[in-house]
Amino acid sequence: MAASAQGETGADGRVLAPLGRRRSAVVANSPSGGYTLLTALDPDGPLPKAGQFYMLAAEHGWGGGGGRPFLPRAFSVADATAGETGVRLTFVLEDVGPGTHELAGLAEGDGLLLTGPLGRPFSPPRDVNPGAAGAILVGGGIGLAPLALLRRDLAARGFPERSLLGFRDEAHSGGLELFRCSELRLASEDGHAGHRGYVTDLLAVMLEGDDAAATAVVYACGPPAMLEAVRALCEECGVAAELALESPMACGYGACFGCAMPLRGGGYMRLCVDGPVVDAGAIETALVEGAGHR
Amino acid sequence: MSAGPTSFCGIELAHPIINASGTFDAIAARRAFGDAVVERFPFSAYVSKTITPAPRAGNPPPRLWEEPAAMVNSIGLPNKGAEGFLSTDLPALADLPVPLIVSVMATSAEEFSGLVEAVSARDEVAAIELNVSCPNVHSGLIVGEQPSETEALLEALRPLTAKPLIVKLTPNVAAPASVAAGAEAGGADAVSLINTLKARPMFAGKPWLGAGSGGLSGPAVRAVALQQVSDVAAAVSIPIAGMGGVESGSHARDLLDVGAEVVAVGTASFRDPLAAERILIELRGLDPVAASSATSEL
Repeated sequence: MAASAQGETGADGRVLAPLGRRRSAVVANSPSGGYTLLTALDPDGPLPKAGQFYMLAAEHGWGGGGGRPFLPRAFSVADATAGETGVRLTFVLEDVGPGTHELAGLAEGDGLLLTGPLGRPFSPPRDVNPGAAGAILVGGGIGLAPLALLRRDLAARGFPERSLLGFRDEAHSGGLELFRCSELRLASEDGHAGHRGYVTDLLAVMLEGDDAAATAVVYACGPPAMLEAVRALCEECGVAAELALESPMACGYGACFGCAMPLRGGGYMRLCVDGPVVDAGAIETALVEGAGHR
Repeated sequence: MSAGPTSFCGIELAHPIINASGTFDAIAARRAFGDAVVERFPFSAYVSKTITPAPRAGNPPPRLWEEPAAMVNSIGLPNKGAEGFLSTDLPALADLPVPLIVSVMATSAEEFSGLVEAVSARDEVAAIELNVSCPNVHSGLIVGEQPSETEALLEALRPLTAKPLIVKLTPNVAAPASVAAGAEAGGADAVSLINTLKARPMFAGKPWLGAGSGGLSGPAVRAVALQQVSDVAAAVSIPIAGMGGVESGSHARDLLDVGAEVVAVGTASFRDPLAAERILIELRGLDPVAASSATSEL
């Protein structure tokens, strides 16, 4: 039987996943503010692209106890580095339900079952806006995860980037160490860090300049209400943007049709194979019943 | 029934593990995993997602809910319609190294006839599965809930094709065996069961799913499937594709033991796209002789 070629890419630049679920081993689990940074060594997987995600499940305890979690959970990859023994993958978790609770409890050496990398990654800035001179990364809560890897990639290519991160309060914040050496501005609803208010307030100021529409490209990930504010703002200012969306999904590879996202003009896309990164112009609103984590 | 090559209503299969309709989109899977999906296809036949005469967008989200050892889905049969499927999807599915079974649904015998004729005319198609969990616009009754409606539909469709017709049975009836007997009397070549169990998850005092209700699947329904396959096997002589919560080789073995000819894997593929391959390996590892002698020692 032939194994999938490592690092093979699909038509839209996505890195293809090896077929089937495989075992990785947790190498670090560290608290970061109110979040958990979970790092696993994936011995057989390719290096993912920023914006792609993995379906995760703990090797033991999944479906145990009260019978939940049953389905794997989708997580954007926040950091990925290739080494001699495999690819180190870092995910950002917030313990909010039975799935994230099991994952947040994993210790070094525990098995983490994963399928991925999956989905459409962020596009290069000049594919989003041919005149792009700088990228603005806008993250809300644990939505900072895919932006952390994107920021690293942009910086490595020498493309100017600034990051704006917003949090609800101190208990619902963290992951800032993933943005080291970055031009970073913070907002928090409770005022514990940076601007007191929304991260979209910071974005609005940044998009005020006359040439913003011609030279900016916005990449955003966060809760639905924040993404909708980003989408509306970018539409108003004529700024090109890509949004990394979230939806409950059972499979992550187009089989279950659960992650339906309404398209502008009617019909639905499947976020797992047509997203999770979407052109902001492709949707009418980022507010969808059932979207966001719970 | 062995875990080796088998024949299912005249279709030669390399092994008895197929997929349940609507639980594996081979075209989308190829976008995620590449040609490995074709080279290492885990099923011995491919059952398509249900197609309808006209395109359907599907139900509004949310479409999924997790239950202990189960999930509820309310997808709403999104599909490109017969024309889109036959022109775009079927040629792509012909790349798969296994026989194709196309699932179809319509709301009247006339519409069903058109679908069956159009699908049957294509050489790529080995068999047709009839999704009868829909109302007949003329009677208002769910076809698959009525033995007489099912029999009448099969009598109308049987003369239209020489290809095997498989009736997908709903578990949401008092006696699935009666509906199966109706299907057999009308000329069906096989039946497949169980479909999902009707379910209504609630969240914060309201139905969670966009469409209000959906269908329960996963390990939680396995014992229901075993009972219903057993009942149907006692009532009909046509072969059965058994399914419902299969997660391991021994689960597949159980369905074969109660009368299924082949076993379909559904929800397990959501958790692991290669679940069916593992289930087959485990099934082959079960030695019936050793298993029966172990039982006699109890």
